[in-house]
Amino acid sequence: MTQGMNPTRRRLMQGGLAAGAALAMPALVRAQGEAIRIGHLTPRTGFLGPLGEYAVAAAQLAAEEINAAGGINGRRLELLTEDSVNPQTASSKAERYIERDKVAAVVGEISSASALAIGQVAQRGRTPFFNTGANSDALRGQDCKRFMFHIEGANSMYVKAVGRSLVQDGLVKGRKWYSLTADYAFGHDLLRVAKVFMQGNGGTFAADELVPTDATDFSAYLIKIRQAKPDLVISNLAGNQITNFLKQYAEYGLPFPIAGFGFDTALAWGAGPGNFAGTWPCLWHHKVDTPSAKAFVAAFTKKYGKPPENQAWGDYNAVRIVAQAIREAKSTEGPALVSYLEGGAKFDVLKPRPGYFRARDHQLISEMYAITALPADKVKDKWDIFSSSPALPGPNEDLEVLAPTAEEAGCRMEG
Amino acid sequence: MRLPGDAPSPVAPAAPPLAADPLPGPRPLSPHAGRGQGPRFPGAPFRKDNRDHAAVMFLTLAVEQVVNGLFLGAIYLLIALGLSLIFSLGGIVNLAHGAFFAIGAYLTIVLSPYVGFGGAVVAAPALVGVLGLVVERVLFRRFYRSDPILSLLLTFGLAMVAEQALRMIFGAPPLPYGIPQALRGQIFVGDFILSRYRLTILAAVVVAVAAVWFLLQRTTFGRVVRAGVQNPDMVAALGISLKPYMAAVVVISVGLAALAGVMLAPISGVHPAMGAEVLTGAFVVVVIGGLGSFWGVVAAALIVGVVRGLMVLVYPGFAEAAIYALMAVILLVRPRGLFGERILRFE
Repeated sequence: MTQGMNPTRRRLMQGGLAAGAALAMPALVRAQGEAIRIGHLTPRTGFLGPLGEYAVAAAQLAAEEINAAGGINGRRLELLTEDSVNPQTASSKAERYIERDKVAAVVGEISSASALAIGQVAQRGRTPFFNTGANSDALRGQDCKRFMFHIEGANSMYVKAVGRSLVQDGLVKGRKWYSLTADYAFGHDLLRVAKVFMQGNGGTFAADELVPTDATDFSAYLIKIRQAKPDLVISNLAGNQITNFLKQYAEYGLPFPIAGFGFDTALAWGAGPGNFAGTWPCLWHHKVDTPSAKAFVAAFTKKYGKPPENQAWGDYNAVRIVAQAIREAKSTEGPALVSYLEGGAKFDVLKPRPGYFRARDHQLISEMYAITALPADKVKDKWDIFSSSPALPGPNEDLEVLAPTAEEAGCRMEG
Repeated sequence: MRLPGDAPSPVAPAAPPLAADPLPGPRPLSPHAGRGQGPRFPGAPFRKDNRDHAAVMFLTLAVEQVVNGLFLGAIYLLIALGLSLIFSLGGIVNLAHGAFFAIGAYLTIVLSPYVGFGGAVVAAPALVGVLGLVVERVLFRRFYRSDPILSLLLTFGLAMVAEQALRMIFGAPPLPYGIPQALRGQIFVGDFILSRYRLTILAAVVVAVAAVWFLLQRTTFGRVVRAGVQNPDMVAALGISLKPYMAAVVVISVGLAALAGVMLAPISGVHPAMGAEVLTGAFVVVVIGGLGSFWGVVAAALIVGVVRGLMVLVYPGFAEAAIYALMAVILLVRPRGLFGERILRFE
């Protein structure tokens, strides 16, 4: 259909429609354009900025690969990118993507507060939003939306994934935890689900401390932890806080094991070998051994000179999932895409088993990993600083055992 | 197979997530909105059956936090001292000061493979000093006599340029860097734990600050600088040009900031925005200490470090906000800061 307009457009351009005029009439050009647009929106600055950089790099790689393979149903994929900054800015930029740029989907975000804001705009504009980095359970529960899909895992999934190895290591039942929690929406939500898990498994808190997001020095907390003598130190921290905390925990050489419920590999890499310690959950890491994962790691490393991490995984998959949905639903209309995604379509998400979205809360169901820091003398290079559990759940288990149950989520979708 | 997490919880049975949410009030929308809501569990590990023991424990912890706070204050001091000098003499509020701190940290990572950490302690501040000289000659010099709002805009822009330049060169994710092997480890004094590395920081800060004190209080150079702070016109009338002095002050100031960056690189994340993170705290120190006073800045840095440490002990959610509250109180009582001198041109 649109291809038929192609020669006309070319003639028009050749006929003297200057570039300036094209800029002056973006709507006209767009109406005739054949590219399919995806709007990428994620924090590029602030304490989540380091992760945003991986997100954008991976989304661009996915778009390039899709275009190199002939685009989507013969149409070129055009990836727009923006810094989401904060919930207010994220909301207005999402609005602009949907209303002005007519994107087929909005992809990205890391902050739970901004993701909620984008989700509301996406719902109004009836354009799907793929959340690739916001973990708050509320987004899949009370705040769930027909046009919002979650490639990122929920906080409770992370807690259950790492919680399994903590239970195995005897660090839960009858044990005292000392937790440090980032003092904003994400941290509060994570602390809540961590408490539910721990109490359900017979552990107690020695203390749970809130840490302001602008705190960079943890020595005062470390002194308190040392006096409290917990059995396990839990990090519910976020962003650069995790790097600072790991480095200073190593500095003080406290003997208590560490685990974390929220995590990004980039932050462990930033702490460096010898400083990175403990057991942490992630949706994916660069050592996952499947053909598609290896191809992704190779392509990303070739293009950017460093391996991808879990945030890169999220945005790479998001773009590929949008492309697959448009290809197979043969439409760029929001409602058509939503019904395709809700229909249980399977996606290669670079892990042993394919992933799919649950219709009831739009959570991508796929395997997870618990990674454990290698001792400094076992570290071979600055990237391979951890060992990984096998994919969780195991091959004989239901893929949904880590995900929130219907009662836990409490999602009621409208629209 | 049942997951442990799916087992019915004896404490919070079947509570829907919303009801189990312990957060008071509406869920904060902004990442920073939740600050100051306070902890729900006071941190000190009291034992109810032994109040005396608890009191001793608390006191021990408090003393330990005070000592630890002094270390933190030492880092604030390195940054705040230069900030105060540049403002006192040049009238420039240097919002780019944090950028020099960040560049110092990055230079540590770049240089230490060649010259080691010890070499970086000297080389990084020296290189940043040269950068400071260029910035002073090309940019700052044009703004000493102009409306402070202009230099504020200039340094704000400079801070952003520097941060983005670091991002473009080194990438946004933090770069790995650890404490040099020789400086690792802890020292135990009675029940206290001290980080060997932080003792090193303290020693470096004491040396650097003592050198600055000597320069300002005991040399001809310092006399001119102090006179320039009080009355630049009179200094000019005496036939002394303040320009070379101002250049030297900027070089020393940004060198101190870079030294702070070098010292912090092993124990905090080295990323492009790290400068912005420390700058606000340093400004608080300058405001509390008062302009024109060397000892004011020293005292304020230590007070801020100690207050923060004690707040983490009793009310951690308020730890960062507490230093701003402290600043507000001190401004109400002493508008020029603790030891601030009356400087005619800033009145």
